[in-house]
Amino acid sequence: MLESVTSLDVEERQRLEPHDALETKMEVVGLDAWYSTKQALVDVNLNVRSNKVTAIIGPSGCGKSTLIRCLNRMHELVPGSRVTGSVLLDGKNIYGSDLDAVDVRRRVGMVFQKPNPFPNMSIADNVTAGLKLAGVKDESSMKEVERRTLERVGLWDEVKDDLKRSGASLSGGQQQRLCIARALAIEPEVLLMDEPCSALDPTATAKIEQLITSLKQTYTVVIVTHNMQQAARIADYTAFMYLGKLIEYDETTTLFENPRQELTERYITGKFG
Amino acid sequence: MKLRRVVSDKLWTVFTVVALGLAIVPLLSILFDIASKGISVINLDFFTQLPPLANASGGGMGNAIQGTLLLVALSSAIGLPIGLFSGVYISEYGVTNRYGSAVRFLGDVLAGIPSIVTGVLAYTLIVLTFQSFSVLAGGVALGTMMIPIVSNTTAEALKSVPNSIREASIALGIRKWRTSLLIMANAKKAIATASLLAIARITGETAPLILTAGISTLWFSGFNQPVGSLTYYIYYFGTSPYQNWQNMAWGAALILIAIVLGINAAVRLITRGKKAYA
Repeated sequence: MLESVTSLDVEERQRLEPHDALETKMEVVGLDAWYSTKQALVDVNLNVRSNKVTAIIGPSGCGKSTLIRCLNRMHELVPGSRVTGSVLLDGKNIYGSDLDAVDVRRRVGMVFQKPNPFPNMSIADNVTAGLKLAGVKDESSMKEVERRTLERVGLWDEVKDDLKRSGASLSGGQQQRLCIARALAIEPEVLLMDEPCSALDPTATAKIEQLITSLKQTYTVVIVTHNMQQAARIADYTAFMYLGKLIEYDETTTLFENPRQELTERYITGKFG
Repeated sequence: MKLRRVVSDKLWTVFTVVALGLAIVPLLSILFDIASKGISVINLDFFTQLPPLANASGGGMGNAIQGTLLLVALSSAIGLPIGLFSGVYISEYGVTNRYGSAVRFLGDVLAGIPSIVTGVLAYTLIVLTFQSFSVLAGGVALGTMMIPIVSNTTAEALKSVPNSIREASIALGIRKWRTSLLIMANAKKAIATASLLAIARITGETAPLILTAGISTLWFSGFNQPVGSLTYYIYYFGTSPYQNWQNMAWGAALILIAIVLGINAAVRLITRGKKAYA
């Protein structure tokens, strides 16, 4: 099995580069990432297409979360971590000296595995936290942002009478949609989601999946999931990772129905993982 | 076999209860002793009058109460902000480098320095410079003592805030210092508790005051002048041969304990039934 673990060859890389009409939003080029001395990503190359949902799948520990956290420079927060290679956002390297990590994170938002609303804030304040804590003072526009963003994630009707209640008082699924609203309120261009449904029940999961599908009109979405069915349901493109390497990346239907790598086929048919 | 288990179980229970009794009896006897001997001198004069002459009647500990409150206020103004911010450094900034653990270690060292030595420090720096015992010197000595207590407990309080909150904030493109403020807001109860306990702790200090604030029989007359304090008066009057001074010392001890217990009660009130970081 191990001998079939190979990075994309040159031919395939060229195939995946944006010769087609699809616009590239983010481009990962030769990315290596480490936790202290342990290498978590090995020469990853990936094009994230504009206004599409890209799923990253693979067994636990394959580096999918690390990869997504490299896309908004969250990986570097881990003590002892290191990144080499580049990640281009609209053609500009987010690790370049002319881009500030803070600005990158405002353009590339993130939703986490476990819903993490700010426990000391109300529902309304959670939504606008990103704006307020970035120094936006305009109180009148906040109400507008609260309503628009909560409507966007389908939470407005459920919470409109309880906006002053603590964000932590909501159910898990509602909390996760609140977190998505919080991420959308600062109007990012890309939304990264790190297994956003893994802590949720099926009903809440369905709502979030629906939401993700609707979000791609406005945003580029990258989602990490351990759930292959989820990737098949919502993603336009899917990347399969194994042992820190990107094994295969293609349109979702192609990857699931006609994988080119034996390893991919073995994984999606449940032979390991 | 069963009997042996039952007996050892009972013995264990008895042992813990006895230990509890041994711990509580001295505490209660101190409280009772001080309350019964101190209460007789507590009246309005005790709070508003200056200390009496030896073997005279009347008088109070007004200037000592004033001095203790002033010293606590000044030392808090020095110790709380420095302690708070070095706690923030240890928890929020020092994690990714080796300075955090160095600061933490120095904090532990500072906390372990005998209070009289801290007094010598303030004596050298301030008393010798200005050639006078002073409120300022006392405040610096007590404030220095507060720094490690506040900083280490603040660091613990901040570390108890889940990392997911930090990540949520940083992923929103919120700058590091704002994120730190957000984390502090999430730990505000624990930080308030830590600060109050530090204040309670230094309120009862005597040794460093002997070398710094000195003692005065008059009211506060400037930060560059010596000032009386409850603890110093308890020592000074308590070791004197005069009955009326000894009575005043009992009263001062009662007020001091009331202040410290009051602070601890406030801590209980703040932390009642709440998560440490909420």
